[in-house]
Amino acid sequence: MQNPVKTPLYDAHVALGGKIVEFGGFLLPVQYGTGVIKEHMAVRTAAGLFDVSHMGEFSLTGPDAVKNLNRILTNDFSVMYDGQARYSPMCNEEGGTVDDLIVYKVSDNDYFIVVNAANREKDFSWMESHMEGDVVFRNISDDYAQIALQGPKAEEIIKKLVKEEDIPAKYYSAKWNVKIGDSSCILSRTGYTGEAGFEIYLPSGEGCAMWYLLLETGKEEGLIPCGLGARDTLRLEASMPLYGHELSDVISPLAAGLKTFVKMDKEDFIGKSAMLAADTPKRRRVGLRVTGKGIIREHQDLYIGENKIGVSTSGTHCPYLGYPVAMAYVDAELAEPGTVVEADVRGRRVAAEIVKMPFYKRA
Amino acid sequence: MTFPSELKYSKTHEWVKFEDETTAYIGITDYAQDQLGDLVFVNLPEEGDEVTRDEAFADVESVKAVSDVMSPVTGTIAEVNEELQDSPEMMNEHPYDAWFIKVTDISECSDLISAEEYEAFIAEEQ
Repeated sequence: MQNPVKTPLYDAHVALGGKIVEFGGFLLPVQYGTGVIKEHMAVRTAAGLFDVSHMGEFSLTGPDAVKNLNRILTNDFSVMYDGQARYSPMCNEEGGTVDDLIVYKVSDNDYFIVVNAANREKDFSWMESHMEGDVVFRNISDDYAQIALQGPKAEEIIKKLVKEEDIPAKYYSAKWNVKIGDSSCILSRTGYTGEAGFEIYLPSGEGCAMWYLLLETGKEEGLIPCGLGARDTLRLEASMPLYGHELSDVISPLAAGLKTFVKMDKEDFIGKSAMLAADTPKRRRVGLRVTGKGIIREHQDLYIGENKIGVSTSGTHCPYLGYPVAMAYVDAELAEPGTVVEADVRGRRVAAEIVKMPFYKRA
Repeated sequence: MTFPSELKYSKTHEWVKFEDETTAYIGITDYAQDQLGDLVFVNLPEEGDEVTRDEAFADVESVKAVSDVMSPVTGTIAEVNEELQDSPEMMNEHPYDAWFIKVTDISECSDLISAEEYEAFIAEEQ
């Protein structure tokens, strides 16, 4: 592994007392002085600011762009309006998941793609090697800083800085060339917290100034900086899959419960024939609410009596809900809400119940 | 961070408060709770259990991870602080009041250090 890289906001994290850790090849704050629980609660009740500059950005342009997207990704990109964002898994030939990502349509024949930090290089080579026809495909990750402003007060804060007509109206849409402070940004109504909010892309060199501008602007609304710890507890509470946990090269998006984003009626796409040939997935992703004493984390075996029926992929105490939850893969025939299971937590059995996801849904 | 001088410390970040030579309370230090972050669960042993020096007797869960708590002494658990189960935040807020167990019949001890030595030790560790 190469030496971990600093994001454009590194100096701001250090100055604000962030506890720096390595994640996906990047140096990022896991939390600030306030701690994960307060950061989590700020996002649920007010607003939080995250450095997500580690995410990768690709540009795909050319007359054959949409044809390539439809063949390489599982979702359908044929009908999109300018600025629209669409989530999609990306599969290998075996139907496993290379990554999950977001595609924005900038305009006709011009797409902006956002991928997971740890998969930047893998995704780029995978997509590049499968591109056909007349396209230009570029990895532009280093050009961008990305900041996520999330929480019920995010809109109020952004309104102080951005003209009404420049704010994307719909969830999963974005506007280009939006002036925020002195920067020209992409302003997107997306996020990974289960809360309303925005993600802002801007030139890397201007990241720190934007970070401080947003913090200052949102002070009255209770905006605080948040680290990777809260990002993980928030996405888990909102039951969002995380690549490397709920998704991997050997897990199909169908098993992960992402059927909506896999368009089997499309002409052809990588992984389609494998998914058609395979039976229905043997195991399915489920949500667990811990009813016993303890916390179920990743890689803990799940049992009903002496029968091993699955394994957990993520788990934590949910600060807003006030109880621990986990996500897991269990035998498909047992994957029904109400099923009672036990996890082997370092030699101790901890009881849990399969529940419907999402664990948390904003009002 | 504070490190009361009347306590003894282990290099695995527990504090020990001796009542007499064979009786002591055990908890985790201010430095330990700060490193672990917000604590949300503790798995405690039971009254009457034996503890052995340098072996884990409990674990604490933060939102981020689980960590073992080691016993700096060998002896018998006379009392368990069940309050921590209902209010795990006590370990963050008042680490020196949030004792885990009271141990009696102590027959052996780890190499315990003074507050001053402990402070120097963690300065080096950082």
